[in-house]
Amino acid sequence: MAEKRRVQFIVNGDKAEVYCSPRESLLEALRDHLYLTGTKEGCNNGNCGACTVQLNDRIVDSCLVLAVECEGDEVLTVEGLAGENGLHPVQQAFLEHAALQCGVCTPGFLVASKALLDANPNPTEHELRYFLAGNLCRCTGYDKIVHAVMAAAQTIQENE
Amino acid sequence: MKDIEYAAPRSLDEAAAILNERGSRARPLAGGTDIIVQVREGCRDIDILVDVKKIPELSAVQFNRDEGLTLGAAVPCYQIYNNAEVAQAYPGLIDAAILIGAAQIQGRASFGGNLCNASPAADTICPLIVHSAVCSIYGPDGSRAVPVEEFCSAPGQTVLKQGEFLVSIALPPPKPSAAGRYLRFIPRNEMDIAVAGAAAYVELENGMIGSARVALAAVAPTPLFVAEIGERLAGQDITDETLREAGEIARAAARPIDDMRGTVEHRKELCAVLTRRALKGAIERAQENA
Repeated sequence: MAEKRRVQFIVNGDKAEVYCSPRESLLEALRDHLYLTGTKEGCNNGNCGACTVQLNDRIVDSCLVLAVECEGDEVLTVEGLAGENGLHPVQQAFLEHAALQCGVCTPGFLVASKALLDANPNPTEHELRYFLAGNLCRCTGYDKIVHAVMAAAQTIQENE
Repeated sequence: MKDIEYAAPRSLDEAAAILNERGSRARPLAGGTDIIVQVREGCRDIDILVDVKKIPELSAVQFNRDEGLTLGAAVPCYQIYNNAEVAQAYPGLIDAAILIGAAQIQGRASFGGNLCNASPAADTICPLIVHSAVCSIYGPDGSRAVPVEEFCSAPGQTVLKQGEFLVSIALPPPKPSAAGRYLRFIPRNEMDIAVAGAAAYVELENGMIGSARVALAAVAPTPLFVAEIGERLAGQDITDETLREAGEIARAAARPIDDMRGTVEHRKELCAVLTRRALKGAIERAQENA
């Protein structure tokens, strides 16, 4: 077996360390070593976006990143979205707009939506749908998700 | 995933030594959006992934208007389209960078990786070809340069020899009255693989076409550079008839296959239409850039 490696990185603002095989993905490190099971495995080949996390300054599919690549990196998962004052506006909007059914795609949508609104606080519906094309949902038909993210954008702007 | 080893060399020589020693059992790892899936699904049998992102030359974007662009082979798409100077100078590259997968894939996938994966349907290779980009290769015998149109040798195959790897891709400086455009056809709006694609680059002279380059995606075993279109267009007026003729040359040059994404007939038709439109788009950008 390939030699295991110790990987130190920052997860949701806290120092974290995993001892893992080179073949283990960031997704597996988060779920199986750090027990952060909010991030979901969907297709495990980069199509569905369920495993979306923020890695440093951009979002990635964590199934397509090896944990050993992440030494020194900063990772944000769905567990890190809520702050001291409660849920992130995107999370709150998903609840209020019933933007989830089975919930497997939801953590990925939340992380991707937050990344979108960080970069583009006032997206058009077209921009929003285009940006979220890497996240698949087989329950909602997307409209409720789109409405929720549009509402979250408005809430964030009103709060500023 | 099968058990694999991982190495993260910090220099070109260190990477060349590992790749040379392990030969076909080793494969460079850039963004991983192809190679990790291939290893996980058993499509590519290797023992070690060599992460090249810690080598400075492979992660650098160097641009100035006099010397052009040197794009490290492992630079992910998002760093290219978020670089305002590069985006302004080479809009034809950005056309490809923004349509590979979605944001998550663009956060990792690199032009260099797309090139080394050598898919005939790769979206970045044709835009690189029409911009006259040149690959910088490093290996046990030192460096060599290969034009992008000569880099892919067959589906999934490149001219890289044992121990060699792609370091960077160099593009000539942007010129006034010149621009590129890449278009691909897919049956949906995003997140798909090209049925066919066309890249065009045009330099205008006195309101006429000074020179042009066109390359076609997903219609041959490798991305296809159609030199004949440039020969036909040089010195011509910009007319609908000229562009139509260019499209017909593309239709004749394409050597596609029937598969689940399209038929030979459909792909040839797409080559004619996309070539015309890509040339038109490049000309419009070049005129704005005058």
